[in-house]
Amino acid sequence: MNADAPIAASAVPLRGRSGSPLQRALGRFLRNRAAIAGLLILAPVLLAVLTYPLWWRHAPNSIDLRALNSGPTASHWLGTDGVGRDTLARLLQGGRISLLIASVSVAISLCVGFVVGAVAAFGGRALDGMIMRLVDLAMTLPPVILLLVLASITGTGILPTIFVISLLSWPVLSRMVRARLLELRERDFVVASRGFGAGLGHLLWRHALPNSLDILVVYATVQVANAILLEAGLSFLGMGIVPPEASWGNMLRAARSTVVLELHPWQWMPAGAALVATVLAINFIGDGLRDAFDPRADIT
Amino acid sequence: MLGFYLKRLAAGLMMLIALSILVFVLLRLAPGDPVDAYLNPLAPLSQTEMDALRQRLGLDRSWPVQYLAWLSAALAGDLGYSIDRAGVRVLPLLVERTGPTLLLMLTGLAMAILLGIASGVIGAVKRNSAIDIGLGLVAFVTISTPAFLNALLGLYVFAVVLRWAPSGGMLTPGAPFSLSDLLAHLILPASLLAVVYSALFMRYMRSSMIEVLNQDYLRTARAKGVGEFAVIVRHALRNAILPVITLIGSTIGIAIGGAIFIESVFDWPGMGLLMVKAVETRDYPVIMGATLLIGAGVILVNLLTDLAYAVVDPRIQVR
Repeated sequence: MNADAPIAASAVPLRGRSGSPLQRALGRFLRNRAAIAGLLILAPVLLAVLTYPLWWRHAPNSIDLRALNSGPTASHWLGTDGVGRDTLARLLQGGRISLLIASVSVAISLCVGFVVGAVAAFGGRALDGMIMRLVDLAMTLPPVILLLVLASITGTGILPTIFVISLLSWPVLSRMVRARLLELRERDFVVASRGFGAGLGHLLWRHALPNSLDILVVYATVQVANAILLEAGLSFLGMGIVPPEASWGNMLRAARSTVVLELHPWQWMPAGAALVATVLAINFIGDGLRDAFDPRADIT
Repeated sequence: MLGFYLKRLAAGLMMLIALSILVFVLLRLAPGDPVDAYLNPLAPLSQTEMDALRQRLGLDRSWPVQYLAWLSAALAGDLGYSIDRAGVRVLPLLVERTGPTLLLMLTGLAMAILLGIASGVIGAVKRNSAIDIGLGLVAFVTISTPAFLNALLGLYVFAVVLRWAPSGGMLTPGAPFSLSDLLAHLILPASLLAVVYSALFMRYMRSSMIEVLNQDYLRTARAKGVGEFAVIVRHALRNAILPVITLIGSTIGIAIGGAIFIESVFDWPGMGLLMVKAVETRDYPVIMGATLLIGAGVILVNLLTDLAYAVVDPRIQVR
């Protein structure tokens, strides 16, 4: 790792050295077994969640009065809940909601986090200091506490949940983007560009964005997993998505009743399994991307 | 060195002030009339009395003035009344809940540190062995599992299926207080909190230990004939453990988040359960009081770990 690294590098100088940096990163990613396993778990989940109304006979909110609290049967593969709704249908619909909330909130926090971080880096010292103190403050409070406080103000539902999760997520990204751009700001091509009179918009779009693409991609992946967990936690506490709308979090909330927890594990365990499998898969992919984009990866 | 302490103290103080401003603004953004927080619901006031109270609290003046009035009241320990629990003041309510939460968190933290450091050292020493890879996988899974799911599964397996532990609460209701009863109720939630937390310690400890294991002085120690166990425990561990101290500060937020979920699954009568109930009933004075107290706690812990680190590691220089 340390002393003999240069020797090893010169011994195999050409391995993985062809193509653009992006192609090399992609090659490294595809050689990462955990990341591929993550993709193999995530792809079927995504496909099932997106297409389920085409192939599954029950709707998430239709009630089957002949089957209340039933275990798995030929008609209801994962059983039904206390009012006779099909667990598999709710699981798939819940996945839709979870992934919708996660992807929209990640898109929002990507934009906010990038712009705030870039403005902090390019906007001069006073602005930088102010923004970073704000970020420090936002990162001081435990996320769950901030989440609860904000949710108690905005109320429940899909839009408030998206709003709350995006509001909570951007500070981490803006700190990473700022660190990258502070270094970039001093590079010759950026200094030259400013010398030619480039405005903030041009600097952000032409220089800052392409040079922080790797940060953004890795952040987005990991943050999708985090957002799914945040949404599930919020719904579990009764603050995010509330019934009759399905979500993995509020299906797990049902297990707070002792009867459901003890006697009807079929009503909450599938939601837990889906949650863990999805988050685990996304985290594997995120780790794979981080390693693939690591500039030191070519040397070792 | 003194300068470093003073600088960190000043920064902590600034964070506290900023936190109080944030809580104040959120309190004003919350729906409802802020004066409600100061009304004892058991003793209704007339309109003139309300106006007098409004004036005394400064609610008829600008936000900065209001903030100062609110801050001085909060510093004097007056956080208003709970809306949900008629006639109960917020501060005593919070104080009453602090003990159980601290008990749960400190027990969980102690278990997590022991477990995390031990498994991290094993992982580093037996690097890339089956044990190391297995431990890493377990850590990855626990980090990807939300705390409430851990809590539910733990409750299901140990309290429902195996019946090893009581299924919730801190003491058996009605029974006289006994230490063994408390411990029986504590062990399961604390271990579950520790599981969530120890994965972080393990990962950190492992990489810190690997770094130290590559140092020259360990080769020297081995060359002098020091036994392998003593090399690892006395020479390597002592140095590798230093950065882990800072982790206590920087992950305290995660621990508090985990504790909230675990308290709410296990009906543990702590701050987290209070907070969740308050959010459910939109009891804003309690929400904000708890937020202020928890935020202050986090800032304090961060400050203490920074200072402790500077004491333990003399290489930290005043910048």
